[in-house]
Amino acid sequence: MINANSKILLEVHDLHATVSGAEILKGVDITVRSGEIHAIMGLNGSGKSTFAKVLAGHPSYEVTRGTLLFDGQDLSALAPEERARAGIFLAFQYPVEIPGVANNQFLRLAYNTVQGQRGEEELDPLEFDDFVREKMKLLKMNPDFLDRSVNEGFSGGEKKRNEILQMALLEPRLALLDETDSGLDIDALRIVANGVNQLSNKDNALILVTHYQRLLDYIVPDYVHVMEAGRIIRTSGKELAQALETHGYDWIHTNEQITGALP
Amino acid sequence: MSAALQNLVNQPYKHGFVTNIESDIAPKGLNEDIIRLISSKKNEPEWLLTFRLEAYRRWLNMIEPTWQNVKYPKINFQNISYYSAPKPKKKLASMDEVDPELLRTFEKLGIPMHERAALAGVAVDVIFDSVSVATTYKEKLAEVGIIFCSISEAVQRYPELIRQYLGTVVPPGDNYYAALNSAVFTDGSFCFIPKGVKCPMDLSTYFRINTEESGQFERTLIIAEEGASVSYLEGCTAPRFDTNQLHAAVVELIALDDADIKYSTVQNWYAGDENGVGGIYNFVTKRGLAKGRNSRISWTQVETGSAITWKYPSCILRGENSVGEFYSVAVTNHHQQADTGTKMIHIGPNTRSTIVSKGISAGQSNSSYRGLVRITPTARNARNYSQCDSMLIGSQCGAHTFPYIQVQNNSAQVEHEASTSKIGEDQLFYFAQRGIDAEEAVSMIINGFCKEVFQQLPLEFAVEATKLLSFKLEGSVG
Ligand SMILES: Nc1ncnc2c1ncn2[C@@H]1O[C@H](COP(=O)(O)OP(=O)(O)OP(=O)(O)O)[C@@H](O)[C@H]1O
Ligand SMILES: [Mg+2]
Repeated sequence: MINANSKILLEVHDLHATVSGAEILKGVDITVRSGEIHAIMGLNGSGKSTFAKVLAGHPSYEVTRGTLLFDGQDLSALAPEERARAGIFLAFQYPVEIPGVANNQFLRLAYNTVQGQRGEEELDPLEFDDFVREKMKLLKMNPDFLDRSVNEGFSGGEKKRNEILQMALLEPRLALLDETDSGLDIDALRIVANGVNQLSNKDNALILVTHYQRLLDYIVPDYVHVMEAGRIIRTSGKELAQALETHGYDWIHTNEQITGALP
Repeated sequence: MSAALQNLVNQPYKHGFVTNIESDIAPKGLNEDIIRLISSKKNEPEWLLTFRLEAYRRWLNMIEPTWQNVKYPKINFQNISYYSAPKPKKKLASMDEVDPELLRTFEKLGIPMHERAALAGVAVDVIFDSVSVATTYKEKLAEVGIIFCSISEAVQRYPELIRQYLGTVVPPGDNYYAALNSAVFTDGSFCFIPKGVKCPMDLSTYFRINTEESGQFERTLIIAEEGASVSYLEGCTAPRFDTNQLHAAVVELIALDDADIKYSTVQNWYAGDENGVGGIYNFVTKRGLAKGRNSRISWTQVETGSAITWKYPSCILRGENSVGEFYSVAVTNHHQQADTGTKMIHIGPNTRSTIVSKGISAGQSNSSYRGLVRITPTARNARNYSQCDSMLIGSQCGAHTFPYIQVQNNSAQVEHEASTSKIGEDQLFYFAQRGIDAEEAVSMIINGFCKEVFQQLPLEFAVEATKLLSFKLEGSVG
């Protein structure tokens, strides 16, 4: 929902970032206000996940130029865990497995850490169990996943659902979902999209990285951005995604008239 | 991330302080006169002096083992003082009379013993340097016929029991360090659980080395008679010094028919600083004899301290249907070296053994698992299951596994599994993205990794071990 008066949550200007010496982000600009839903599309390797990791503060990536402001605060001063506690959430494209660490323990620690940060009540294991089971119902997840190790042996789709479960628990102010739709079956896509829609409100914002229109049928974006070679080269409304789906990315270079409505 | 973590790694050793108690120290060096001095200080019977002298003569003809995967400068055995005792001002009748300085030491270590004893229902036989200064709950245990005292006291009061069992599981000439210990041991614990008695509480001993360059040579002997059972806890912390200290203990366990001995250790001796200077050399011989039918010996160890650990708590499964267990977590950081594991010697029919070893290496440390499973011709239908997992933190440390399997009876079933894993940057980033800092993340991953072993520990010990591990590994990633 676009409201030009709502507060700016994320402001990225001329962001350059390198990993192992290679420059991947080459001047990203994006502004996200609370209440908005953005989609970022783009070819494989264009830098979408890199942008997500830089935003979340992955230590392997170095910001070499530009600014990254969250709620007016310079993110470069914050460690990744501080960014998370401030309300930035990243649903990973490839969630890692953590053998030996029970999912319920992990979820509870994450939940309590963030609650503690917000000065809100932390839950003991029994209380948390009730709480998390409710959230799992929303995503139609089997509670058996609580007793398994974090993501270990989860199918691709199960991992993605576990990411959204974490989003539901942590209630971030800015969530970036990196290809959460890839690997989800048709039913799961609808369930997850429903869950995400329920979490979305005027005080938070969402960035969806996706390759497919399908997800955007369920979660309707206010803006669609196209990333190419480490920059956002085009921004428009939701119709841009449909056009891309029909014509492919090359079409962007041959067709410039759609650039119109920049935020 | 690295810089903040680096600071954490470099936290000083929490238990590094020296208690200023006047010590009664023997002159440095080892010879027959020193052994006679120790024996006479302790007012020992002639047969025990003979036991010591014979061990010493064997030791003189033995050579220091070099097969283990550890490196250290040669130990000068003549530069060690073999006896040191805090001088009590007068004879101690109760805890109130214990040197307050000593009590403060326990306080600093977080073991206010009376409280601990009262709260946890644990009897603590506190060994300070080499002499036992206080024993609680003794009377309560005595009511059911359990003897729990220092081995020096046992030599005075129960000489026949000591004579019957001492050196029967670890003979004086067993190995270089066992021979040395047999010659010069100063104190340790003695437990005797008579027939049919289930020990009503965990028995616990805290050891502490306090005098610089006084090698400590403990000797522990635990006997569980027919149908008896006991859980024994051993915890160790030592103050920091810049010269390496030798520690060579011997522990012998004997379980008769249907008896059950569970021995748990949390070892947190000074490991040296981050440059590898100082630290305890821990050369220990621990062995249990499952002598009777259906007897069980179970070792659980959490090894986090010492510059060098050389230790293989073992089980000799002689009784029919007897069971041996070894659950181990060994953590090394900085320049620590650990070569540890177990031996399961199957002699009786239907004997079973389980080995679960978890090695965690961080910094520039090196950790080796070394285990022997031997199924002798008489051990019909013996079974062994071994699992050895290693975890590496960072890229400069090493983990090694040396399993030796000798099967001489073809009805045996022996299984061995091994794995190596690494705490990766992406795992830590995943935690961080959920608001969890690296310290907590490492602790969670490690606790998960060690779960099967921690489950074997009595609850309060498990809590202590968990804390200790987090403390040891804080910031070792980055
Ligand atoms: N450690 C690294 N060293 C060198 N190049 C890297 C490294 N990590 C990522 N890259 C490169 O950065 C580019 C951007 O990768 P990124 O994962 O951000 O792409 P993406 O847009 O998310 O692609 P996809 O749609 O396939 O998920 C790729 O070309 C990738 O190979
Ligand atoms: Mg990607």
